[in-house]
Amino acid sequence: MESTILKIEQFSAFYGATTVLKDIKLSIPENKITAIMGPSGCGKSTLIRCINRMHELNPDATVSGRIFLDGEDIYATDPIIVRRQIGMVFQKPNPFPTMSIYENVIAGYQLNGIHLSKDEKEKIVTDSLRKAALWDEVKESLHRKGTFLSGGQQQRLCIARALAMRPEILLLDEPTSALDPKATSHIEELIAQLKNNVTIMLVTHNMAQAARVSDYTAFLYLGELIEFGSTGTIFTAPKDKKTEDYLTGKFG
Amino acid sequence: MREFPVRRRILADKSFKVIILLLSFACILPMFFILFFITSKGISVINWSFLTRLPKPVGEAGGGILNALIGTFMLITVSTLLSVPVGVFTGIFLSEYRKGKLVYLVRLSIETLQGIPSIVIGIIAYVWIVVPMGSFSALSGGVALALMMLPVIITATEETLKLIPDSLREASLALGVSYPRTILKVVLLSGLSGILTGILLSVARVAGETAPLLFTAFGSPFMGINILKPVNTLPLMIFNYATSPYPEWHKLAWGASFVLIVFVLGINLFTKLVTRRWKVQF
Repeated sequence: MESTILKIEQFSAFYGATTVLKDIKLSIPENKITAIMGPSGCGKSTLIRCINRMHELNPDATVSGRIFLDGEDIYATDPIIVRRQIGMVFQKPNPFPTMSIYENVIAGYQLNGIHLSKDEKEKIVTDSLRKAALWDEVKESLHRKGTFLSGGQQQRLCIARALAMRPEILLLDEPTSALDPKATSHIEELIAQLKNNVTIMLVTHNMAQAARVSDYTAFLYLGELIEFGSTGTIFTAPKDKKTEDYLTGKFG
Repeated sequence: MREFPVRRRILADKSFKVIILLLSFACILPMFFILFFITSKGISVINWSFLTRLPKPVGEAGGGILNALIGTFMLITVSTLLSVPVGVFTGIFLSEYRKGKLVYLVRLSIETLQGIPSIVIGIIAYVWIVVPMGSFSALSGGVALALMMLPVIITATEETLKLIPDSLREASLALGVSYPRTILKVVLLSGLSGILTGILLSVARVAGETAPLLFTAFGSPFMGINILKPVNTLPLMIFNYATSPYPEWHKLAWGASFVLIVFVLGINLFTKLVTRRWKVQF
């Protein structure tokens, strides 16, 4: 049995009077890829946005329940600290348009005013780009703007930027939904390699993607966690009727 | 079945295009006439000493506009220093908080401020600054011009920042960057070209203002670099010389007009350059 890095307990999230997540209870295993799957509007994005406390940026948003990272309640920690430990990559690639590729990778340090020596910078940039499988493509053009890259490269740059902060968990919010199939398979290969370094939570509405890359799968429906288990079990022998219906294309 | 009037349609189409073209052309004509007229009248007095000498008393030949040039730059510097921080931060406020009573109030005040005639702004600066300090001054003129620049800068900042995608702000916040740093280092920086454009256009707008300076900067025939003393500016000099009875001074007024218009044109062209060069691609 693997160790648990993130523990979600009786967690609910709301937008105003609307309940988006209901009593979620979930333990995320360390150094594995956990896919969060479900139809549109089931609360998958909200769930991971609650994990790095991005959910509360919406003024109407509230939550109840607790989430523990390594035993520490993240809702009792400063969100700025939480977000440095839990990185996030978004649906649409969003490199900083004013910065070069190099600056984008160390943006987390620069913007936070953390001073690094030139050697440290070089090392972080090289390491992060290597981990994000982008180094070979950009090593000649590190000082060009990140926005000149292709969509898939931009997304890998965003992954490198998140990895540069050495997070414990990397949240990926439908990271390939804005990319073409080739770039998608590239990112999927990358995700599979990354799990040695970091725990990954991947939101996807693409079942095939969940089946291809994840070790564990959580199935969410209308804000409730219907089923959680190893991906093999969920896809071959789901316990819940709703999971089975979703997987066989009866809805969603 | 009736025949479809194709010929008539084509004709209507063509005449519409011709009308649009003619009217657009008519619109650029005045600009060229103004430029041509001022250049032909003013360029003859332009030479090095015109730009580097002080005005001379009536009857003496020569004389230049150096004090007005310096005064104009002083006023622009003062008004920019006053209006840019206030304007940019107000613009940030309006783009960040789009609802609420204070936002409504701020927006209403800006619209009102924009509509206030420049001469009234001059009176306000007179009452606020000239009266208590007991002297006309560059500072009071700068305040009056700053009040005129504010609405332009605020609106430019707000509109620019509204166009910055939320995804950039999220990218920064998700890296654990605090809200103020996110706004200043990511959002503001991404909108820099738009904000700079607003600032430059507002400078171009107030560079030729005369009315609010009549009882603030006041004008002066001497060299002045003290911001607490009256200074001359190009528009004030043009006003005073053009309304004087001396043909010699009329000539100088044309020359000063030429310099002013070249300055404003220069700012506008520079603005275009900034917009194109610094444009941020999302």
